[in-house]
Amino acid sequence: MNAASQRLLGLIRKEFLQVLRDPSSLAIAFAMPVFLLLLFGYGVSLDARHVPIGLVVEHVSPESRSFSAGFDYSDYFQAHYFRDLREARQALLSRKINAIVHLQADFERRLNGSEPAPIQVIVNGVDANTARLTSGYVQGVWEAWLNARAEWQGLTPVRAVQLEARVWYNSGLRSRNFLVPGLIAVIMTLIGALLTALVMAREWERGTMEALISTPVSVREVLLGKLIPYYLLGMGGMLLSIGMAVFLFQVPLVGSLWVLLLAGSLFLLAALGMGLLISIAAKNQFVAGQIAIVVTFLPAFILSGFIFNIDSMPWPVQLFTHLVAARYFVAILQTVFLAGDIWEVILPNALALLLMALAFLALALWRAPRRLE
Amino acid sequence: MNAVKADVTPAPLIFTSVSKRFTAGNRVVSALQDISLSLPLGQVTALVGPDGAGKTTLLRLAAGLLLPDSGSIATFGLNTAVAGEQLHRLIGYMPQRFGLYEDLSVLENLNLYADLYGISRQDRQLRFAELMRMTNLQKFNQRLAGQLSGGMKQKLGLACTLLNRPRLLVLDEPSVGVDPLSRRELWQIIALLVQEFGTTVLLSTAYMDEAERCQQVVLLDRGQILHQDAPAGFHRLADACSYQLSSPVLGKRMLQQRLQGQPDLIDSVVQGDAVRAVARPGSRPDWTVIFDDTEQVWVTPVPPRLEDAFIMLLLARHASQPQIEAVHFLPNGSRHLVGQQPAVIEVDQVDRWFGNFQAVKKLSFDVRHGEIFGLLGANGAGKTTTFRMLCGLLPASNGRLRVAGLDLRKAAAQARARLGYMSQKFSLYGQLSVKQNLEFFSHAYGLRNKRRLERIAWAFQEFDLTDFADSNSVDLPLGYKQRLALACALMHEPEILFLDEPTSGIDPLARREFWTRINSLAAQGVTILVTTHFMEEAEYCDRLLIMREGDILAAGTPAQIRSSSQTADQAPAGTMEEAFIRLLEITGEANG
Repeated sequence: MNAASQRLLGLIRKEFLQVLRDPSSLAIAFAMPVFLLLLFGYGVSLDARHVPIGLVVEHVSPESRSFSAGFDYSDYFQAHYFRDLREARQALLSRKINAIVHLQADFERRLNGSEPAPIQVIVNGVDANTARLTSGYVQGVWEAWLNARAEWQGLTPVRAVQLEARVWYNSGLRSRNFLVPGLIAVIMTLIGALLTALVMAREWERGTMEALISTPVSVREVLLGKLIPYYLLGMGGMLLSIGMAVFLFQVPLVGSLWVLLLAGSLFLLAALGMGLLISIAAKNQFVAGQIAIVVTFLPAFILSGFIFNIDSMPWPVQLFTHLVAARYFVAILQTVFLAGDIWEVILPNALALLLMALAFLALALWRAPRRLE
Repeated sequence: MNAVKADVTPAPLIFTSVSKRFTAGNRVVSALQDISLSLPLGQVTALVGPDGAGKTTLLRLAAGLLLPDSGSIATFGLNTAVAGEQLHRLIGYMPQRFGLYEDLSVLENLNLYADLYGISRQDRQLRFAELMRMTNLQKFNQRLAGQLSGGMKQKLGLACTLLNRPRLLVLDEPSVGVDPLSRRELWQIIALLVQEFGTTVLLSTAYMDEAERCQQVVLLDRGQILHQDAPAGFHRLADACSYQLSSPVLGKRMLQQRLQGQPDLIDSVVQGDAVRAVARPGSRPDWTVIFDDTEQVWVTPVPPRLEDAFIMLLLARHASQPQIEAVHFLPNGSRHLVGQQPAVIEVDQVDRWFGNFQAVKKLSFDVRHGEIFGLLGANGAGKTTTFRMLCGLLPASNGRLRVAGLDLRKAAAQARARLGYMSQKFSLYGQLSVKQNLEFFSHAYGLRNKRRLERIAWAFQEFDLTDFADSNSVDLPLGYKQRLALACALMHEPEILFLDEPTSGIDPLARREFWTRINSLAAQGVTILVTTHFMEEAEYCDRLLIMREGDILAAGTPAQIRSSSQTADQAPAGTMEEAFIRLLEITGEANG
């Protein structure tokens, strides 16, 4: 064994021992990923289900009853009945319900007559996203009822053109299927950038870096001595996340595992490069942690398309997302998990990741101090 | 290069007009200016000087961790600016905090450094065995470095550095915060290295007695070499200037007070039961003017020591220190009445656990009104934990704590209002000016209107801070930071003052001034509890407690502690340091 590889092995062994003995490293490497996965897998959902809705039926009739039954038996709604509009408005204001569906006293008369029968829908627009979903769903219930009514009366449907929507790749429209794969990018950022920046800063803070530099060890070896252990740890985090996604949350993995692992490696190298760069700028743990959260973790969360759709962002923000490595990885993750190995998506994104990884690592190696300043 | 010269080993370290600057924000700090220095082969050289003199910078330059802005540095003929790995094979460098991985065990640390130095498995066993014999660490192989005592950490740090068998050993303050016994062991190891391997050693130290043992001493001040010589050369500078004074009538502390401000004297310190005074070179102090016959003052000329020359050289360069109004002590004897004063601080059977680690073990003591009470011990002895419990910042696991008659379990806030606290790191707001700091602390202590203005004016005048009123406190010299911190702690005229390591890192001049001030506060009736790891400062205390691993090693007046170290075949120790080592040996803890 030559001296350089002996030095490197010594550093790697040391790093693993430190991670295993330090509760805060263990928390970032293992506890946080599991916590985030459970939170996003079970807790957070972008779907509107069991939306509380208020029904005000001024005159109960067979027609109005069959209409309101559509809400009673829908998975999307939880119907509450109110005697008059005033009461329902009170409930809307106190946020007990998200919307009001109001059938006036002459609903049945108008419906059976030639006049149009209006249904008043009032939606609480404070949460715009839920409001849109709710009004869409209400319309869905309304249309379904009309069609059912027409069929039952032996008439042709009122509308000439009918929308027959089919959802591909995530046919259940489960937001979990889309969130959990994206979360893998966030978890790997946590290990690759945040943990790496913190442990490097700790070496400066505790004076061990000073001792390291005074030995024959080279800068390249010090960096590799961080890169290799945290690469392995990050890939471990990725396998854990994929395992939990597939087996616990039943997210389908349509594409191939090796494509995921390869893309994951590229992304992890980019994250590690960022972590090392941060630690060169910030030599105490507090500052390093702050920078890592602001420049890597939050963008991976917000600007990667993991939760918020990039196409609906204003164009300057969209432009900015091109600098966020997680963006490319999230695109690959969601595609490989839900749609399969679509090379038109994978290759350009993988190329972007490769370029970013090379740029960050080269910069880290170039900027790493060979001495104490 | 000619054939004759090739045979000669180049000097271990040569500095040729080396300068080094740092930029901090938009200020440029000149750390070293035009330093030229040459270390002789196989000798031990000590680097001494006040805080901020540039000692650490010089050592880092020597170890190749920094590069000079101008000038050049050669180690065994290799220029540190160009030589890489080769240089690191010749030099062993131990940074101030020993450079250990605290979450790795002793053996894991050694193995890591052995890997870094490229030592093979076979060689490793031999070297480990050799270093273990030297440092007595074999029993602690599996213990995490973070759980070692300060002394053991220091030895482990040294062992890691020595794995490489360096020809030049560079140590940055190796003995700071380490107990006296470990200090003595460190010097035994250094002596062995020089003797057996011909190692050249360069180290920095705050202890003058350590510098005294070296072949060469370099005195550094504000980035320049003030003097460089063998200890004997320093002694010659202060030749025939040193005296020892004692008086059975006056007592040591009053004697020292009387000597302060004498124009012919530059220094006076309490030493054992006597006072050591240094006269201005060339002057002959007339003792009969200072003392009268009834005071029975005995004056004996004593040989000079390094510290005398050190103070002499520094005083010549520094602006005059502020004159602290000498507070005259009550006539001798009345201070002994301290024993009959009521207890202001009572500690009764106090334990403190952190998880399964017991930091303080069944501690009991009391401090009486107007007393200066010292808590001494190495880092990790339990001093700071005891302190935090007394300030009500940390609850005791067991036992009873009373401060100013108040139980800290029930009335911590009321007790805190009656005490002043100066913490180890001074706890000032760095980005606020001196004036703003004083204003803030006066508000925090609830001072209002006229009284507040009076106290702020008092602080400026008493601590001579007027010139710095608008400077940010982060930019103050350390000695002034300490003054400001003390002023802030005294804002509300507390009856009890807690000082946690007030003199750590402060140069000897500032330390002397500080103790004069503390003496004068005590004379005004303030009760003072102080921690320190400088054993010599114990002599300033009325009573003290020496702690070791959470336990009481010794308690009593300085004289009692020194005499308690007396054994059948040994006279009582002359200094607190010796007493400490003897006590450890008597209690059989010396071998861990």
